[in-house]
Amino acid sequence: MTPTRRSFLKLGTGAAAASALGFDLTPAYAQARELKIARTTETRSTCPYCSVSCGVIIHTLGDKSKNVRPAVVHVEGDPDHPINQGSLCPKGVTLKQDIINDRRLTHVRYRAPGSDHWEEKPWDWAIDRIAHLFKETRDRTLRQLDAQGRTINALTSIGVIGGCTDANENNYLLVKAFRAGLGVIPLEQQARI
Amino acid sequence: MTNGWTDIRNADVILAMGGNPAENHPVGFRFVMEAKRERNAKLVSVDPRFNRTAAVADSFTQIRAGSDIAFLAGLMNYALSHDRYQAEYVRLYTNATFLVKDGYAFNEQEGVFSGWDAQKNTYDKSTWNYELDEKGFAKVDPQMEHPRSVFQLMKKFYARYTPEMVSQVCGCKPADFEKAAEIITSTYTPERVGTILYALGWTHHSFSVQLIHAAAMLQMLLGNIGCAGGGLNALRGHANIQGGTDCGMAYHNLPGYIAIQKADHGSLQQYLDAVTPKPLRPNSMNFWANTDRFVVSQFKAYYGKAATKENEFGYGWHPKLPQTATGGYENWSWAYIFDHMCNRQMEGFMSFGMNPVANGPHSKKVVDALEHLKWLVVAENFETETAAFWKPEILELIGRKPSDVATEVFLLPAANFAEKDGSFTNSARWMQWKWKAVDPPGEAKADQEIIARIFLKIRELYQKEGGTAPAPVENLNWWYSNPAKPSLEEVAREINGWAIADLHDEHAATVKEREAVVLKAGQQVGKFLDLRADGSTLCGNWLYVGSYTEAGNLMMRRSTADPSGMGRYSEWSFNWPANRRVMYNRCSADAEGRPWDAARPVIRWNGEKWVGDVPDYKADSPPDALMGAFIMLPEGAGRFFVPGQYAEGPFTEHYEPAESPVANPLHPAHSSNPMVKHFQTEWDKLGKPDEFPIVCTTYRLTEHFHYWTKNNPYNMQLQPEFFVEVSEELAHEKGIGNGDKVRVTSARGAIEGKAMVTKRIKPMMVAGKKVYQIGFPIHWGFLGRGQQKGTLANLVTPTIVDPNSFAPEYKGFLVKLEKV
Repeated sequence: MTPTRRSFLKLGTGAAAASALGFDLTPAYAQARELKIARTTETRSTCPYCSVSCGVIIHTLGDKSKNVRPAVVHVEGDPDHPINQGSLCPKGVTLKQDIINDRRLTHVRYRAPGSDHWEEKPWDWAIDRIAHLFKETRDRTLRQLDAQGRTINALTSIGVIGGCTDANENNYLLVKAFRAGLGVIPLEQQARI
Repeated sequence: MTNGWTDIRNADVILAMGGNPAENHPVGFRFVMEAKRERNAKLVSVDPRFNRTAAVADSFTQIRAGSDIAFLAGLMNYALSHDRYQAEYVRLYTNATFLVKDGYAFNEQEGVFSGWDAQKNTYDKSTWNYELDEKGFAKVDPQMEHPRSVFQLMKKFYARYTPEMVSQVCGCKPADFEKAAEIITSTYTPERVGTILYALGWTHHSFSVQLIHAAAMLQMLLGNIGCAGGGLNALRGHANIQGGTDCGMAYHNLPGYIAIQKADHGSLQQYLDAVTPKPLRPNSMNFWANTDRFVVSQFKAYYGKAATKENEFGYGWHPKLPQTATGGYENWSWAYIFDHMCNRQMEGFMSFGMNPVANGPHSKKVVDALEHLKWLVVAENFETETAAFWKPEILELIGRKPSDVATEVFLLPAANFAEKDGSFTNSARWMQWKWKAVDPPGEAKADQEIIARIFLKIRELYQKEGGTAPAPVENLNWWYSNPAKPSLEEVAREINGWAIADLHDEHAATVKEREAVVLKAGQQVGKFLDLRADGSTLCGNWLYVGSYTEAGNLMMRRSTADPSGMGRYSEWSFNWPANRRVMYNRCSADAEGRPWDAARPVIRWNGEKWVGDVPDYKADSPPDALMGAFIMLPEGAGRFFVPGQYAEGPFTEHYEPAESPVANPLHPAHSSNPMVKHFQTEWDKLGKPDEFPIVCTTYRLTEHFHYWTKNNPYNMQLQPEFFVEVSEELAHEKGIGNGDKVRVTSARGAIEGKAMVTKRIKPMMVAGKKVYQIGFPIHWGFLGRGQQKGTLANLVTPTIVDPNSFAPEYKGFLVKLEKV
């Protein structure tokens, strides 16, 4: 008998349990069809690119077990977000590559005076060295008084830029630590340019 | 943005100018398309290129890069001369009724305002002011008929901008201008509303502040500010550039847009007197009268218990902006920083997530500047041209090699957006919390930890060995539970602020009421006027009050409910100020407090209070009290005429870019902005049109973000390399075929890439001269995947900056083009 398309489909579904292989394939198929995000943890975030600030959902796997480093497996638009309602632009849909990228920096790099290459250094060494350089410059060049003898406590020999790529709270910490604390006047960010 | 992304859906007319939202803010652009689809809104695109926004627009007009003011001034003249302005709105809410001081004038032949000093090339601005009565209030003429009323002066001022003059300057045909003007000014009736969407295409000029002022003037004339579907909307270029600005990441401002203290503000009181405006109309709210509360609370946040009444809350510890020898103040804005660096006035520099070699004007000058540093710290996700400026291929730009450069460089691996929490403030002023998803890779650390560890190590050194002025370092209020890695939730609480002591009702009528506690010590403040000037409250940024209250972290809110039905989503995140979704919303209602358009209400007076959106007004002040709709301004009225604030004049006038193919057709004597100052290093060169005849502009592509995505495989596959857009006519003249290699050269440098011969840019007639324009996108450089080839767009841009905002002139400079 030549099976019609209809009877073939019937065979494929209802008769699957009694397949020619002698065991039931249904669960195996179901397993293969499960989406990679079915068992992920979803974290709500905001796209770091333009100022529309679309809501994104970052899917990570592996965060439920100890000694396993969670990995981002997918980033998608947040359907609940009133602005993007799940959609993303060509940059937003590639956000996973902004997170997992073999060009990401993973260690402190240092370039010595006159050198033509990077050296890898430990964090503690770098923080210590930066702090000494900062303090030495500040101690020597802080303008405590101006030409008219007025207190200004202005540090103009060191500049600090940053923030538009980071959270408000980090912007505030930059302002607090470097201007209110250490006296830095040249404090700027992308908004100027 | 005065309004917000989701509000664009309420517009009848959308003017996209100085921006290309379909390309650069594509997801926000959905609301433009929704307005077109649902309301039959008209989209008008005005741009040097037929771009992706123009492709879906109802009207497109091509103009020369750098001629936008003339176009907007022409629109104002069109509205004023065709009786297409909302007269009642203008009379009620703007300073059109105010009288200007006798002596104010504009010299139409010379192109300068009264007070111009040709010897010193500067202005005495004393005549740029209102005529005041004996009490110090501005005089007004409600009929707007007085010859010195702002309205009459404005009408005369802009009468010069006829369609023919617009055509002379902008290079568009008079009839095309008039077609666009007809659509744009159609929103002058109370029932129609138009919005303006702009971006870096307006801010990157040597007259950028005046340009945006012109747009604000147009929107006030048409009665569009404060209304649903209206406003003046800056589409900002980075996810948290708005927040960075709000939080004081600028040399001239403290958090919350409070001007930084200057060398001549010897005491806290002198400072407060200098930065607190006096009301200019009897009933104006003049909200900045509360500056003392914001300043003292901020100092309490900085210096904690060490900030006492006796030491002026630590006022003397905070740095003051130094004065120059001539009596002005030193300028430490971006371009000036690198100029000072070139002149060996700086030793150290720290860059958190910024890449000035790529994103600053004139890359060669920046490389030279960095070479003068003793040390440089860069915290980044990826290696950047700035961190690697000492590499041979980059130093070659200025003819140096690594062994010549003594700068010590630290490149610190930093976490990205997904690897830390915290809030971003988007263009619509929505403060949205995000949650951390994963740890940063390898040894990379979150910025809060990098900042804290550097600061704490420096503090430790001061505690151990002493040093210069240790008090602010030692007394900084670093109260966080984990000092070396502050929790951003704790920082967010500090930014919002809390009561240090029990607070009482300041305006209580009886002693008993005064004794009642309105906020207990330790409780988060909930509204601006909870803040006190006596040291009993602490607040890092008054503008963000309400974001983290006793109700919790409101930036985390995720309710999609929209009771307004107009896309205000009042319980989604927190919208500064005070969760207000539409700024200046008093203007959305008439003199009696009824919405101009009943179908699109923002707020209305219900007999007792204002209801709807959070009112941009005293909530219980009746309309007949005439408080003035602009509560942040001392005159309470929107400013057509800006008294004294801007460098180059109280009204917006068209000036040519610093490099222009023609002399200003209005007044060749002062062709470009007379208040622009020129840097003097060997790098600061301008080109002349005989050698560099072509107008050039720069822009972004939707497939890339700034200089970041050149590290991502997909983005590089979508847009693999730098290219130059050239008109068919210019290509023909130069014998350039599509895909040929070309070189673009300015007085500063050259850049090479493939030519993209296109119909999207056309030659134009400007002041009787045939002018070509070219343009190119900015996204490549030296480091990244694929074909970078050193194609930094800013190798050719000038170091000219606006005299108010100090933003560089990236749009509308001069180049020449050759086939390689």
